Amino acid sequence: MKELIWLVPLLPLVGFLLISLGKSYFSKSLAGILASAMVFGSFVISLGVFFDVLNGDGKQTTVTLFEWIATADFHVNIAFLVDSLTSIMLLIITGVGFLIHLYSMGYMHDDEGYAKFFSYLNLFVFFMLLLVLGDNYLVMFAGWEGVGLASYLLIGFWFKNQPYNDAAKKAFIVNRIGDLGFILGIFLIYTTFGTIQYSGVFGGALNFTENDPTIVAITLLLFVGAMGKSAQIPLYTWLPDAMAGPTPVSALIHAATMVTAGVYMIARSNLLYSLSPDTLGFVAIIGGATAVFAATIGIFQNDIKKVLAYSTVSQLGYMFLALGVGAFTGGVFHLITHAFFKALLFLGAGSVIHAMGGEQDIRKMGGLKKYVPITYMTFLVGTIAISGIPPFSGFFSKDEILAHAFQVNPIFWVLGVLGSMMTTFYMFRLFYLTFMGTFRGTEDQKHHLHESPKTMTIPLVVLAVLAIVAGFIGIPHVLGGNHWLEHFLAPVFKQSEIYAHGHKLTHSTEYVLMGVTVTITILMILFARTKFVSKGYVPADDSVKQGFIPRLLANKYYVDEFYNAIIVKPLNGLASFTYKFLELKGVDAIVNGIGKLVVFISGQARKLQTGNTGFYIFAMVIGMLVLLALNLFNK
Amino acid sequence: MGTLQAIPLNHYIFLSVILFSIGVIGVLLRRNAIIIFMCIELMLNAVNLLMVAFSAHHGDGSGQVFVFFIMAVAAAEVAVGLSILIMMHRNTNTTDVGFLNKLKF
Amino acid sequence: MTQYVFYFLSFLAILSALMVVFSKNPIHSVLYLVLTFFAIAGHYLLLNAQFLAIVHIVVYAGAIMVLFLYVLMLLNLNVDSEPVKKNWVKFAGVLSGGLLMLTLVATFHKAEATPLIQDNPEIGVTANLGKILFGEFALPFEISSVLLLSAMIGAIMLSKKEVKK
Repeated sequence: MKELIWLVPLLPLVGFLLISLGKSYFSKSLAGILASAMVFGSFVISLGVFFDVLNGDGKQTTVTLFEWIATADFHVNIAFLVDSLTSIMLLIITGVGFLIHLYSMGYMHDDEGYAKFFSYLNLFVFFMLLLVLGDNYLVMFAGWEGVGLASYLLIGFWFKNQPYNDAAKKAFIVNRIGDLGFILGIFLIYTTFGTIQYSGVFGGALNFTENDPTIVAITLLLFVGAMGKSAQIPLYTWLPDAMAGPTPVSALIHAATMVTAGVYMIARSNLLYSLSPDTLGFVAIIGGATAVFAATIGIFQNDIKKVLAYSTVSQLGYMFLALGVGAFTGGVFHLITHAFFKALLFLGAGSVIHAMGGEQDIRKMGGLKKYVPITYMTFLVGTIAISGIPPFSGFFSKDEILAHAFQVNPIFWVLGVLGSMMTTFYMFRLFYLTFMGTFRGTEDQKHHLHESPKTMTIPLVVLAVLAIVAGFIGIPHVLGGNHWLEHFLAPVFKQSEIYAHGHKLTHSTEYVLMGVTVTITILMILFARTKFVSKGYVPADDSVKQGFIPRLLANKYYVDEFYNAIIVKPLNGLASFTYKFLELKGVDAIVNGIGKLVVFISGQARKLQTGNTGFYIFAMVIGMLVLLALNLFNK
Repeated sequence: MGTLQAIPLNHYIFLSVILFSIGVIGVLLRRNAIIIFMCIELMLNAVNLLMVAFSAHHGDGSGQVFVFFIMAVAAAEVAVGLSILIMMHRNTNTTDVGFLNKLKF
Repeated sequence: MTQYVFYFLSFLAILSALMVVFSKNPIHSVLYLVLTFFAIAGHYLLLNAQFLAIVHIVVYAGAIMVLFLYVLMLLNLNVDSEPVKKNWVKFAGVLSGGLLMLTLVATFHKAEATPLIQDNPEIGVTANLGKILFGEFALPFEISSVLLLSAMIGAIMLSKKEVKK
């Protein structure tokens, strides 16, 4: 099946082309079916590839398609690397992608841009697959940029609304800032190793000592790219704004796949990162800080999607924290479980918004439990999973991260637990305010309330099941499991094992840590329940002036305003200055001046054509004279 | 014959040059088209003279033959040129070349 | 002896050329030009170009100048209708012509003043010239007849009055 690997990205690409070029020729629903079928086809082949890899004990193979760039020193092929990490990512992307395509068929049903939406979704899946399949940094970067493009197209999907366009632009531009770091990293890789193919780079990396400045520089630059794409501090501001896009977009791109590209990139380059513990420390600090920071903001958000957005930023922080403490498998594990339960939560939110006829403010919801039972059940599963209650999946992945964090530095563990506390709190706050209590919306909305169609609820159920059982692929030894995922991914990360720091924890320490986290989680759930259900507390309306801390957090620490003042306004000022002086008075003046000069000269020269024959003869005589004189003086 | 030995070629060259320059001055100076034409004939004759002188100097007959042809061409040119002049006079009722200045910027 | 003849003829030629250019009356200019042609014919005789001298007088003085006179008298030009150029233009013209002369003279004044030693003094005799003309230059001779024919047709075509319907 590995020979057919090229079909995996090709099918969505074909879907994109067919739908975008032919959408005026076939019916609307055909676009949705075609797109979903393409992704399903990719999923089937990815399954085949996965079993191939499984049977081959995770050996990696490279499938070269064709030569892309062939210059004197620089060679890049379009080639796909197939190993355990790739196959897992393929399954996630195509599997969750397929479920979201299915969901979109119901959610976007009444939208006039229905076919365009599916063409963009397919385009996104194509680029994401390219990103994870590439066997060199340039193909990955091509996919990296491509998903940024697809993200822009999809965030600004309802383009008639100017704030949505601004959000799309913001996403693209902030991503671009990160991409600058990524590109510089690739340049540095090329000059250091002479190649950008993974095999060449990782082979050459073994010759470097720990914390070699070049490797540290490379890893830092690549991480800057990850900061942008995976929304870490300080380049996270685009993700909450990206909620302007339709909810399936948020589920697919900003929860399950695109934002995890940074995690994948670091996991793929794990050898480089293990060789520079300084960078890893930096990654862990940023990850931990982001996890806590975003969680604090999430507590005071009142838009159902914004809460989930900040939750995503926070969970991504966890993934980077995992990578930073050397738990590469843990990071990937959390990536997988997060894909399931976050996509579930977003799709559930979409279902709620669909039922509420477009309302997204949770203060106007409440008591939806009896109106949308399936959504209620699945959303509950997602909330429990993200809080980390065993035996749901979130528990296993989060626990692994926290254990490794404690191994490296207990402070990281404290940060992780803090974040976990706040995650539980705001997620259950969201859940209780939306589904419990009494309905706080208008009468019109009440009549509109209905459960979503099957095409939307089936993906919810599937994802809920996955959110429950996904944890079992990584049951740690301390609980009696054999951690299948760790074995499966071992070939990818084994080279980094040599550089692993930190000491192993004893089983008793691990039990204590687990117990502490679970207890705190349950306490937070009870606290939330008391506040929001028993006491029926509802956050106040926007018109009521809040205290300093709630206002600070609800306005996301005014970070956007800060960036605006520090970066955006000076840049705009510089741009308008350059325009007024350098462009208009400088370049334009020179160019136009040359034009005017030519016109002037020709205007003067034209006066030679007097029409007076006598003058012409005179000119001839003068010419003759000059020639003869020249001849005379050149003897 | 002895006469031919007396006058050096230089003299003929200078004579021809002077006649030619007078012709040029005439063309530049006069406004009457006919006078200009006559000055052109003067210039042609200066060249003719020079050619004959060289032909006699080198003993080559081609120079004189060429002069013969120049005369034929000059005759043809005068015929056509004067008819153009008459046309011009018919249209503008003058032979002043200063009136023919419409081809200007 | 021939030198004096040469100088006299040259002086005559130059004087009448100047008078051609500077006469106010066009008829006077034509007559002076005829005089110039006679002077040049004299030079041809000095050079023993007998045939050319006669042909020169017949064609130029006899035909061309007569044609000029016809046209002048047809157009009935007088002294007072003679257009005159502005003074500074005249000055520029004389200056440039003079400069031209000066340049040409300067070019040639270093040339050696070798006396004429000719190989064949009889080259100008009609019979010899005829032999060369009809021998080597037979084709240009024939073509020049075509030239004259076309000139004739052209002159007639150009000056025909347009037939008014």
